Amino acid sequence: MSNTLLKVSGLRKSFSIPDGMFGKKKLLKAVHDVSFLIPEGKTFSLVGESGCGKSTTGRLISRLIAPSEGEIWIDGEEISQRKESQLKAMRKKVQMIFQDPYASLNPRMKVRDIVGEPLAIHTKLSKAERNKQVSEILEVVGLSEYHAHRYAHEFSGGQRQRIGIARALIMKPKLIIADEPVSALDVSIQSQILNLLKDLQAEFQLTYLFISHDLSVVEHISDHIGVMYLGTIVESGPKEEIFSNPQHPYTKALLSSIPIPDPRLRRERIILQGDLPSPVNPPTGCRFHTRCPVAMDICKVMEPPVKKGPTADHFVACHLIES
Amino acid sequence: MEKLLQIEKLETEFTKDKQALKILHGVNFHINKGEVLGLVGESGSGKSLTSLSIMKLFKGTSGEISGGRIQFNDQDLTNISESDMRKIRGKQIAMIFQEPMTSLNPVMKIGEQLLEPIRLHLGLKEKQAKAHAVSILKKVGIPRAEEIINEFPHQLSGGMRQRIMIAMAISCNPQLLIADEPTTALDVTIQAQILDLMKQLQQKENMSVLLITHDLGVVAEMCDRVVVMYAGRVVEEADVFELFESPKHPYTKGLIGSVPKLGQKKEKLDSIKGNVPDPSNLPKGCKFAPRCNNVMPICYQEEPPDLKLENGRSCSCWLYKEERGDICV
Repeated sequence: MSNTLLKVSGLRKSFSIPDGMFGKKKLLKAVHDVSFLIPEGKTFSLVGESGCGKSTTGRLISRLIAPSEGEIWIDGEEISQRKESQLKAMRKKVQMIFQDPYASLNPRMKVRDIVGEPLAIHTKLSKAERNKQVSEILEVVGLSEYHAHRYAHEFSGGQRQRIGIARALIMKPKLIIADEPVSALDVSIQSQILNLLKDLQAEFQLTYLFISHDLSVVEHISDHIGVMYLGTIVESGPKEEIFSNPQHPYTKALLSSIPIPDPRLRRERIILQGDLPSPVNPPTGCRFHTRCPVAMDICKVMEPPVKKGPTADHFVACHLIES
Repeated sequence: MEKLLQIEKLETEFTKDKQALKILHGVNFHINKGEVLGLVGESGSGKSLTSLSIMKLFKGTSGEISGGRIQFNDQDLTNISESDMRKIRGKQIAMIFQEPMTSLNPVMKIGEQLLEPIRLHLGLKEKQAKAHAVSILKKVGIPRAEEIINEFPHQLSGGMRQRIMIAMAISCNPQLLIADEPTTALDVTIQAQILDLMKQLQQKENMSVLLITHDLGVVAEMCDRVVVMYAGRVVEEADVFELFESPKHPYTKGLIGSVPKLGQKKEKLDSIKGNVPDPSNLPKGCKFAPRCNNVMPICYQEEPPDLKLENGRSCSCWLYKEERGDICV
């Protein structure tokens, strides 16, 4: 058994948003009781549609924002309520890769300074030593020393994402939180980056928290998957279980919605009615009951507890599941 | 089958600093009546510009068609006047764009926006026009249609807005619907709703659809035939089943191999090395040569001709020169 690198339990986050210009503040419950763990060297993916709270969960774990409730254990340390000044050590271990490689790189900085900035903050290395490490890490992500003296706008989307990955890697982190790292890229470039992430994981024993809306990408990269809907994880388990034996009606609908690049496979879809409800005013009981094709009376009043699914590591929050 | 639209050697260019920059380099394809044609390619391949060229939507840009023909029914769209073009736009050829929020007017009620094409092209009186608008909204699955016509776009969700866009597009029974990445901005469960709706409407009205997308999954589910574009050229054209079963062009092969497929156990995805070339600095010869796995010396020298292959397929690649020598124009 490998060690647990990240453990999250009962994580909650609400944002207060104004209702109109003069109205009272309302609470937007972005993350509502999320728990999961990631063993060292593995990839856990959070999937779900926009507004389900997957990115907020990633930001809470990297402590870019503070949680309202719950615990976050990284490498044996609890960091959920630490003050900013006490977070520096943890930030060396946890790095993020962002979705938009255009917005996440400073246009006024050279690649060498972007990638070397974490070293300047966290270490006492001299400039020459820093530059040496930058050149090494650029090599690792498939760029070269020659790129170090250029600005971000001189690169294509795929190359920028490589720069973002180099910046995340340079501190030799244990956990990388990748928030939709390939959704802004074209398919031919997307596969380059996915292959790179897999190679790097093997080489540096990295642990990934991978956040994505694209189930095909998630299936390719993950070991474990958590499916989120309106702030909660409705189903989680090993990749094979989620894809071959989904239990929750939302997971089933989500899987059947993905267009598969094979014209012979035109199948029957489960088409969900309606839109995602607003997280400001989520439905009572099971949050999915308004769109669920098999909702029962109990679903409208009682939040379903998390139950064990067909195999050991498989968990489902649905009233339909017999415990 | 009867052809509705035939594009021949279409060239479109932009002018910047008195320099012409050609983006489309002789695009050829056709759309049959009642057919869904997929136009596939990565960003910068010229797929959206092809659709804008068909509609001649160049206002505010330096873009213009510099060569070729766009035959629609019995008219050549490249040389008709703007006022004739306005009679076609929205009436015979309608368009749906990617981002419904930026293509709807935020300060106009849904009803007014929807009534615009109906009044203009169908010449209906106020009362009839309104009744027509409500019936169209119901057709695209909008609940409370009578109330929604008095609401503004920001009051609706992304999926609903895209339904409104579709309602506007089909309100005058167009013969050709151009859908430019219609579901890219939507979540998968909403995408499934919209694709399902488009398919139903297309079959019911026997409309032709030009579906522009980068998502090969959407292509496989929706299209009858597919045209693959790269660097402003058509590199391959085939029936949807044949394209996925036996892609010919190395670019198409790479594209299909780079998509992770559900249920496919594969440690590494195929990928296409390098990046899409810059249109102002295209390589000599075949534009795909620097990224191609099967590259030959001739590829760097001369651009491959459009080769006609069996079953009405075509492919622009030197690899197939020996297989079947007929060069189509």
